Amino acid sequence: MIYSEKVMDHFNNPRNVGVIADADGVGEVGNITCGDIMKISISVDADDHITDAKFQTLGCGAAIATSSIVTELVKGKSIQQAATLTKQQVADELGGLPSAKMHCSILATDGLKLAVDDYLTKNGRTPLSGEIKSADPNFDPHADD
Amino acid sequence: MTYLDYAATTPVDARVLEAMLPYFSTHFGNANSLYAAGRDAYHALEAARETIATAIGAAHPAEIIFTSGGTEADNAAFISVLRRIAPDGGHLVTSAYEHPAVLELVKWLGKQGYDITLVQPRADGRIHPEDLAKTLREDTKIVSIMHSNNEIGTINDLKQLAECVHSCGALFHTDAVQSLGKVAFDVQDLGVDLASFSAHKIYGPKGIGALYLRRGIGFDALIKGGGQESKRRSGTQNVAAAVGFAEAVQLSLAERDSEALRLADLRDHLIARVTSSLENTQATVSEGARIPGIAPLLIKGVEGESMLLQLDNQGFAVSTGSACSSGSLAASHVLLSIGVPQEIAHGSLRVSLGRQTTAADVDAFADALVPIVEKLRAMSPVYERYFGRASAQHAPKNTGGQKDAGV
Repeated sequence: MIYSEKVMDHFNNPRNVGVIADADGVGEVGNITCGDIMKISISVDADDHITDAKFQTLGCGAAIATSSIVTELVKGKSIQQAATLTKQQVADELGGLPSAKMHCSILATDGLKLAVDDYLTKNGRTPLSGEIKSADPNFDPHADD
Repeated sequence: MTYLDYAATTPVDARVLEAMLPYFSTHFGNANSLYAAGRDAYHALEAARETIATAIGAAHPAEIIFTSGGTEADNAAFISVLRRIAPDGGHLVTSAYEHPAVLELVKWLGKQGYDITLVQPRADGRIHPEDLAKTLREDTKIVSIMHSNNEIGTINDLKQLAECVHSCGALFHTDAVQSLGKVAFDVQDLGVDLASFSAHKIYGPKGIGALYLRRGIGFDALIKGGGQESKRRSGTQNVAAAVGFAEAVQLSLAERDSEALRLADLRDHLIARVTSSLENTQATVSEGARIPGIAPLLIKGVEGESMLLQLDNQGFAVSTGSACSSGSLAASHVLLSIGVPQEIAHGSLRVSLGRQTTAADVDAFADALVPIVEKLRAMSPVYERYFGRASAQHAPKNTGGQKDAGV
């Protein structure tokens, strides 16, 4: 299993790390027991175009690289375009992903869909995707203590 | 590069290479040919066999079968012996934290009709005789428990385990790949019937290992052909590799005790540096008999592969038990088997030290790791929530230390 140069570039120099303080939409997906959690926040303008996107990710090289490139890909795009971004498009943009790592690009696109839905819901509109499951905010890693 | 993955493989020692070289050129003969060149190769091969037999305390050199490595030795130990002693089925026992060379083999044998039982290690990283005893049956044929674990370095008390196994009449096999040349290992003292070894973990060449097969145990060769290795492993022997293996064993034994002390000091220093410099870090196991050069670490709130890649960028080579490095979604079966929770097992590192490792390497590694972990934790959406100072009051008391995983 070897990562492409572009994956390594995004892993080593991740773009748009952080949280947008007054984000219009936030999505957090993943599961700490699987080792991958991604949180993406977006700013959306009056024309439903994404003006900014930032991410935080706990995960492997592919999880960080897919998160990073998604924030780049969606800037300037409409929320409809963002919500229909596919895992294959994300993988292709990175010059391919090892097959065992394709689930990481689902994480990135799911996080994005959830952030778009969060924006729509906050504004009293109907979510576009709806079915994406959010990371469990009540997970307690100390539950076994 | 600072290589800190000696439990994965080691560089060939210059003295080993020098011992091997003549057998590629001037002494290239086939060890099975009758003329002088063949006899030279034969004598070198048999001398190598004798060296290895003596090193592991075997009663006779003929009890050593050269194989392509540890994995083949494990496969032969089960398949070749079962064909003779239990071709129609029976019960097999191994531990849940074996190397895949044994674990996947035994699972496969389960599909071929054998009953299999996996005994769980306890949280101390070891197989306890009372747990093993509960798994044994009248029809148990072979029990295989590794001498030392490749991920966490814990050493099992094989003498006790072998007694337990023999009391039910089964054969006892051990994968001793991580132990040979590093800690005391004597087949007669421990009472094992079969044992697997590999050269490349002790500065010998890849592609050669050995199976210790106690005299009198039935064996139907895995590889058929010209009948080499006393009809137990056909194929022209790799004399150069056997010579290298024997040289590697001899060098390791000569330096074993002093090297073990040196590496244990370096390991303890490394663990102390990392755990004192970074919050929410600990040694996976820290008590009892362990392989001196293996430092198993749990770095909470970070994913192992991302640490590994960042360390690689800075020239450090280490391993992780993270799922994401293996392509599966489950974290290391070894860590899970000793009760480390999934979310913490994802942040494991195995740093393994060897002959070329210096105190300066260990310090440089710790210096490099600290900012990498801090950076990755800062990038995590959940570190503060789950492991940060606010939650530190109820930080996990135990992540593999006391919890009894039982059988």
